Amino acid sequence: MRNITAQATAAAAMPAGSDVAVEVRGIAKMYNEVEALRSIDLDFPRGKLTTLLGPSGCGKTTLLKIIAGLIPATAGEIRVNGKVVTGPGPERAFVFQDFALMPWATVMRNVAFGLELKGMGKDERQAIAARYIGEVGLAGFEDKYPHELSGGMRQRVGLARAFAVNADVLLLDEPFSAVDEQNRRKFQEDLLELVEKEKKTFIFVTHSIEEAVYCSDRIIILSRRPGRIAQIIEPEIDRSASPDAIRRDQSYLDTVEEIWQGLKRYVD
Amino acid sequence: MSLPAQANGSSRAVHNPEASSSLWRRLSEHRAALWRIASIGLFFLIWEIAGRIPISFAFPTFLETLRAFLVMTFDGSFAAAYAETLQPLVIGIAISAVIGVGVGIVMGLSRFAEWLVAPVFIVLQAAPMAALIPLITFVYGIGLLAKTLAVIMLALPVIALNGYKAVRNANPSLVAMCYSFQGTRWQRIAKIIIPDASPVIFAGLRLGLAAGFIGVILAELLITPTGIGDLITYHRSVADYPEMYAAVVSIILVSTLTLSALEAFELRVLRPEKRRS
Repeated sequence: MRNITAQATAAAAMPAGSDVAVEVRGIAKMYNEVEALRSIDLDFPRGKLTTLLGPSGCGKTTLLKIIAGLIPATAGEIRVNGKVVTGPGPERAFVFQDFALMPWATVMRNVAFGLELKGMGKDERQAIAARYIGEVGLAGFEDKYPHELSGGMRQRVGLARAFAVNADVLLLDEPFSAVDEQNRRKFQEDLLELVEKEKKTFIFVTHSIEEAVYCSDRIIILSRRPGRIAQIIEPEIDRSASPDAIRRDQSYLDTVEEIWQGLKRYVD
Repeated sequence: MSLPAQANGSSRAVHNPEASSSLWRRLSEHRAALWRIASIGLFFLIWEIAGRIPISFAFPTFLETLRAFLVMTFDGSFAAAYAETLQPLVIGIAISAVIGVGVGIVMGLSRFAEWLVAPVFIVLQAAPMAALIPLITFVYGIGLLAKTLAVIMLALPVIALNGYKAVRNANPSLVAMCYSFQGTRWQRIAKIIIPDASPVIFAGLRLGLAAGFIGVILAELLITPTGIGDLITYHRSVADYPEMYAAVVSIILVSTLTLSALEAFELRVLRPEKRRS
């Protein structure tokens, strides 16, 4: 585990030699009189899974949505692959906390929806969608409707939809919070496999410390409102081990404990 | 429609294949329908008893009304009456549906249109329309136009206001999803907002149709007696109460069946996922 303190943030913001996919520069966000985020500077390394972790109301979802271009920042700018973000773009795909699936559409149409919006032909987009439906483990469910699926399966549809548009950066907003505990564990394991396989940059928002440590290459801990970077931690966990071995690993447990100690003061 | 029930029934038959259970099985398959028939039957029974007491000399029994209903069905007086009544109804509902849904969607999408148009419909919906019908007669006479206008005045506000509320309350998460996948404004409206709003828009159409029936009957009773309104007025004036009640029952029946048909159409065409559940 590597702990990069807030003072060293500036240095950590430029990881030497590693390629940066998303740059966050001086982002601040005001909701009327409420300051949600204050001068956030961050770099998200390419091909890694970075987690935004923090107490509720710390603005982690706000930051993710600003990166997605779904809401405007009050100050500062976001650059993805060097280009300044002004709105949603094809190099980013978003996975929603409440899945945001169209209830009137089948799994197939939901997964292919991003491609449908781009005007891709039906056969072509369904072939791509079918591949990702298989990859997230939903083969055979193509013609089901969302209400016929469990919460975990619905979020797999949301994930497949984000993969299908072939974005470089995947933004996941508490993707497992509406999924029950057992399904969540399995889903986390599958997600790590997909991270390995797809070679994309993942930015992940969660309020679960265990989930953050288990899944991430790098954890950014935000303080309570106004959200600022409190700590950056890189859990150096050997991911070649089996998922169950990781959950018993001493360095995994130590990291969870350390983050908890840091976050405790923000909990009422 | 009753597919799951049949599957359920046949699985039970595997456990219990005797002939005695097959009647029970068939009954339980249609339990909901049976209760509905029993409820209607009970209503008719009470009607028959109330008619025989009698609670009023102008209140016929159920059987007398049924007889009158059958006679009027077969001698063509219903056919002739509905040919007239349905004209303003169909024209009025068609106009209200097109304008109401269109205006409703525009009001839902644009704050300016909302500000401009919504108050008119809110006032119209709250106004007691029966009081305005003499005014229509005064301006537009007693013909088809006046009756069609009566239908439109009753049906249009509820259709427009439902469309407006449905669009305004479209699921914000789905709208954000469409935006995040770079959907254009038109894609957002056509692929997300309107499908998401369609159940409420359809609820508005159903309410509009029900209001249209009220409108056309009001018009036929208050403007000039034609069609089914004429049957009711005429039979009342000559004290043929069974015939008068038969005419009233027929319009209730037609209105209920039309509304059910519209609901079935909605399930079939617009919401494929609802059919399976």
